[in-house]
Amino acid sequence: MEKIIMAKTGNESMAEAMRQINPDVVAAYPITPATEVVQIFSSFVADGLVDTELVLAESEHSALSACVGAAAAGGRVMTSTASQGLALMHEVLFIAAGLRLPIVICEVNRSLSGPINIHCDHSDTMASRDSGWIQIYSENSQEAYDNTIQAMKIAEKAFLPAIVSVDAFIISHSMERLEVLPDNEVQKFIGEHKKPYDLLDVDNPITLGGLDLQDFFFEHKRGEIEAMKEAKPIIIEVGKEYGEKFGTTYGFFEEYMMEDADFAIIALGSTAGTTKVVVDSLRKKGMKVGLFKIRVFRPFPFEEIKKALEHIKVIAVLDRVDGMSSFGSPVFHEIRSCLYESETKPVITNYIYGLGGRDIFPKEIEGVYKELEEIAEKGKVKNLINYLGVRE
Amino acid sequence: MKKGWKELPIGTQITKPGSSEEFKTGDWRTEKPVIDFDNCIHCLICWVYCPDSSVNVSDGKVTGIDYDFCKGCGICAEECPKDAISMHSEAEGE
Ligand code: SF4
Ligand code: SF4
Repeated sequence: MEKIIMAKTGNESMAEAMRQINPDVVAAYPITPATEVVQIFSSFVADGLVDTELVLAESEHSALSACVGAAAAGGRVMTSTASQGLALMHEVLFIAAGLRLPIVICEVNRSLSGPINIHCDHSDTMASRDSGWIQIYSENSQEAYDNTIQAMKIAEKAFLPAIVSVDAFIISHSMERLEVLPDNEVQKFIGEHKKPYDLLDVDNPITLGGLDLQDFFFEHKRGEIEAMKEAKPIIIEVGKEYGEKFGTTYGFFEEYMMEDADFAIIALGSTAGTTKVVVDSLRKKGMKVGLFKIRVFRPFPFEEIKKALEHIKVIAVLDRVDGMSSFGSPVFHEIRSCLYESETKPVITNYIYGLGGRDIFPKEIEGVYKELEEIAEKGKVKNLINYLGVRE
Repeated sequence: MKKGWKELPIGTQITKPGSSEEFKTGDWRTEKPVIDFDNCIHCLICWVYCPDSSVNVSDGKVTGIDYDFCKGCGICAEECPKDAISMHSEAEGE
């Protein structure tokens, strides 16, 4: 099978994946830096390259609501948004998940106001992390493309909605080499659209969105929680199949030089790429460092992560979001919580960095590894929670 | 016994049409209206005013209250021109 090599930005890559998926309905509202995704997609619609019904809604709340309606009616549905847009979708996120609708959002990680800012951090998707959506973070354009295609299949197997995200501007607007699969291969891979039920099946009428009080709400939520757990083997299976067919296997996380590492950094998104460069250079100097990149944050693969990290001496979790007085930030919480169950209990520190698009440099990442080494030598942590790259 | 989470259809679907009739909401009531048929003149004003369609009527005559759905709002008692409806506390078990 011949892959086509193109030069594409993160946004263009996700739009390309959407074209190849050819969803029945896309309902959207523009927002920087995700505007391009649907803007490009709308030209596919205008050029007749897709069969999609494009609904240009008056807000993100309406856009996702239209997606819910379309998916409930049995359509294959996608949208795209970022930051404030995802925040405006917030209440509908829970509805889509509660109704078990396999909608896919191509999301661009941008900081939430205020103060107003259009650049990268993970505050938007992290604020929606418990909404019942599968969350897949992408390091680069290629992953954004691959993840979007896989997300559609995962969502329709798990009957859960999924968010695929890329870092604002750093990836969304950076031109990279992209390997694009042939259209028919993408269609074959995602397969025929599967729906949890069909609101338009008049022979088997159903009601959706009924008032669900003390006597049934908890049971419905319990079922949804189980679906999140059941999505785990589906994600692995789809990632493996993708590898078998197209060459790159995907899992919950990527381990870079982790096997014999003493010190590890955990990161999501584009910072993982920067960290790999640092790992390479420190390895040359003989430091046993590794990178642990989380791809799937929801469902959170705690058993697998615990197993993968147990042998590390000191870990730094890089969070591109702050928990606002919580004990460390979201990724740190999860990692520390699942390693509490381990026999070895590695030392884990938290570095909050890059808020509002503040760049993170290899030098700073190198500094983190050096601090981890120092902790191991002194046997003592200076600060459990650190802020990287902020002026005092 | 109500269904457990493993038995429920996916995505909060309600698969039976008109099932809200089975959802007895009368237990929300704290006060219960009782009709004194000795004073009732069957003017049907309570039937007209009841916001929950809980006054039973047969052949043009009031026959009683549907306690499965009556919320005990007391509008019928307030509107009855003959003061034929009195409200009784559910707590007292009357
Ligand atoms: S309003 Fe009073 S008098 Fe008229 S029908 Fe009802 S109970 Fe009887
Ligand atoms: S108390 Fe209210 S709900 Fe009950 S019968 Fe009277 S009017 Fe209807």
